[in-house]
Amino acid sequence: MSAGAPVPTRAVVAALIRKDLRLELRTRESVPAMLLFSISTFVLFHFGLDARSLEGDMAAGVLWVTLLFASVLAINRLFVAEREEGGFDGFLLAPVDRTALFLAKATVLFCFLVAVELAAVPAFAVLLLEPSALPGLPELCLLLLLADAGIAVVGTLVGALAVQTRARDLIVPLLALPLMIPVVIAAARGTAPLWLEAGAEAVPGRWPAILGLYDLVFGLLAYAVFDYLLDE
Amino acid sequence: MNRHTFSRGLVPLSIASVVLLVGGFAMVFLYAPSDADQGFVQKIFYLHVPLAIVALVGFVAGGVYGIRFLRSGDRLHDLRSYVAIHISLILAVGALVTGSIWAKASWGQWWVWEEPTLVSFLIVFLLYACYQPLRFSIEDPDRQARYAAVFAVVGGAFVPLNFMAVRAAESLIHPRVLSTTGGTMPGSMRITFVVALAGMAVMFVTLCKYELTSKHASFQLRALKRRLAGEDDGWVPVRRSAAPQL
Amino acid sequence: MPPAEAGTAAGPAVTGEPAAEPAVELRGLSRAYGERVALAGVTLTLPRGATLAVFGANGAGKTTLLRILATLLSPHAGTARVLGRELPRDGWAVRGRIGLLAHDPLLYRELTGRENLAFHARLHGVAPARVEALLEAVGMTRRADEPVRTLSRGMTQRVAICRAVLHEPELLLLDEPLANLDPGAAGAVEPLIGASSGAARVVISHDVEHGLGGADLVLGLRGGRQALLAPAAEVDVATLRELYA
Repeated sequence: MSAGAPVPTRAVVAALIRKDLRLELRTRESVPAMLLFSISTFVLFHFGLDARSLEGDMAAGVLWVTLLFASVLAINRLFVAEREEGGFDGFLLAPVDRTALFLAKATVLFCFLVAVELAAVPAFAVLLLEPSALPGLPELCLLLLLADAGIAVVGTLVGALAVQTRARDLIVPLLALPLMIPVVIAAARGTAPLWLEAGAEAVPGRWPAILGLYDLVFGLLAYAVFDYLLDE
Repeated sequence: MNRHTFSRGLVPLSIASVVLLVGGFAMVFLYAPSDADQGFVQKIFYLHVPLAIVALVGFVAGGVYGIRFLRSGDRLHDLRSYVAIHISLILAVGALVTGSIWAKASWGQWWVWEEPTLVSFLIVFLLYACYQPLRFSIEDPDRQARYAAVFAVVGGAFVPLNFMAVRAAESLIHPRVLSTTGGTMPGSMRITFVVALAGMAVMFVTLCKYELTSKHASFQLRALKRRLAGEDDGWVPVRRSAAPQL
Repeated sequence: MPPAEAGTAAGPAVTGEPAAEPAVELRGLSRAYGERVALAGVTLTLPRGATLAVFGANGAGKTTLLRILATLLSPHAGTARVLGRELPRDGWAVRGRIGLLAHDPLLYRELTGRENLAFHARLHGVAPARVEALLEAVGMTRRADEPVRTLSRGMTQRVAICRAVLHEPELLLLDEPLANLDPGAAGAVEPLIGASSGAARVVISHDVEHGLGGADLVLGLRGGRQALLAPAAEVDVATLRELYA
């Protein structure tokens, strides 16, 4: 065993992800809350909108706004264990590249989002869409994945920033929601054609493109800037 | 630290901004023609658009100074970032208000949600409105400066991205004053607009310099007080604030 | 890189010169919290394998000093060299050779002791067998599969000690290492974090007699400033008590 040589980033990221997923399985803090919130919101909309089913823009809007708010729940909790149980120090003491924490947390958040969507999107379809709906599954999945990546990147950054301030629960939505509005816009406008009453239409290419650009820009930015949040 | 660093050029800049702004407004009322569609009310455009443009550029500048601070650790950059964002926020309020007046006069509503430029500007404003509360919520001055810089950098990148996304979901209500295809601005309007924009930009820089000079002076004053009081005698407790401490 | 360092750390060099750089070398180390001085002008040299005992009242700057040595904080003025490397520039190079045992055990409460240690082992590139060996050394093998939040403070402390020495650090930074430990446990951890461990140590202790007993060098802090620096043999308990007055 070498005397404190730096550990390869890949191994570190894997260790961090394992740890976080294990913690989530044990404490069940994030994913159930997100799921419960999403499904309750869909139910409320079902009754509140007094419409038999939604289509197009309306449907897409309801889905994406709900997912966005659900993600705020996860972002709030993303770094809490680190903050309260000395996880930051424990990580900072290791001979590892500090960006590994960003990569790991973003991946974990992404996994949470995917897990929630696996249940929430079908629930949404059942509660709020026409019975014939959920065509265009590949396009939907693409949009979901791209949007999740954007939310994961921005959410991790905002989560790390907010956890060390005094008003964490307030700052996360105040910062994350405006930053994620382009994601909502692009994802909703992209999803809308899939759920038209008259029949699914093609998704205009510019929406996945905007999502991709957003992911790229903020991904690189967050990667560059994350270290500064951990320094002292 | 050179005490003339910030105040140098303040007087010429102030004069220049006054000249440009007064000249610009004179041109607005005396020189530029009235718009065929909207009539006199359209003249608020010469105030609204420069405010908006300068505010957005100011936000991005705040991000640039944020990057410089993170890389160098020089608190002065943090101060510049703070001041740029601070004043841009004020200009942004002005832009929103004038935009609202213009909307009411032109289209009969105080706010138009379908209009991408207005909405994306509002989103940017709401984001940056959190800048000072964020700073205030962090007590440690080092961390406050660093986190504020991170925020400024992310916000600065967000501004163009946001406008692009919202514009792609476009509507055609907002007069595209600067687009090449739709812009049918006669030369006299264009000149007036440029003068107004220049005046607003110079005024922004002047206001920034004023605030920088004033803050710098008060820091030096406090440093002197501390030195006079003797370093060991406990410390002068600083009131918690959102503004950077040098 | 590591082999060259190991060469100099092992013992006197072939030429017969004093072998290694000191474990800790501070010159005028200062750190402020806003405008409040946390540490000012701390200057000392600690040879390899030696023990520095740090004393001082609450708020005197002991924890700040420890955290700077652990590379968690960067100095605002002065220089700090740890294991031959300058901080904060080369912090990344020495991090894996320093062990910190602070107030906070740095363990995730919902994970078991074993899982926590396995996680830290992966972060430090340490073989899993070491985890088992350490758990046995501190007598925690039986309770290692229960969540940390169910453990008593003494047991948590023992697991924390395992975490701190997992990667066989050359410099140990200990803040009240024997807190909450019964005499049996204290004896069990002695070879890991005590003077016999062979590592250079910086120990914060409020137990004046005991802290003095295990030390080679003594540092007293008052208000962030160096009030006392002397070899342990020349310091008596009464002088130390004045630091707390």
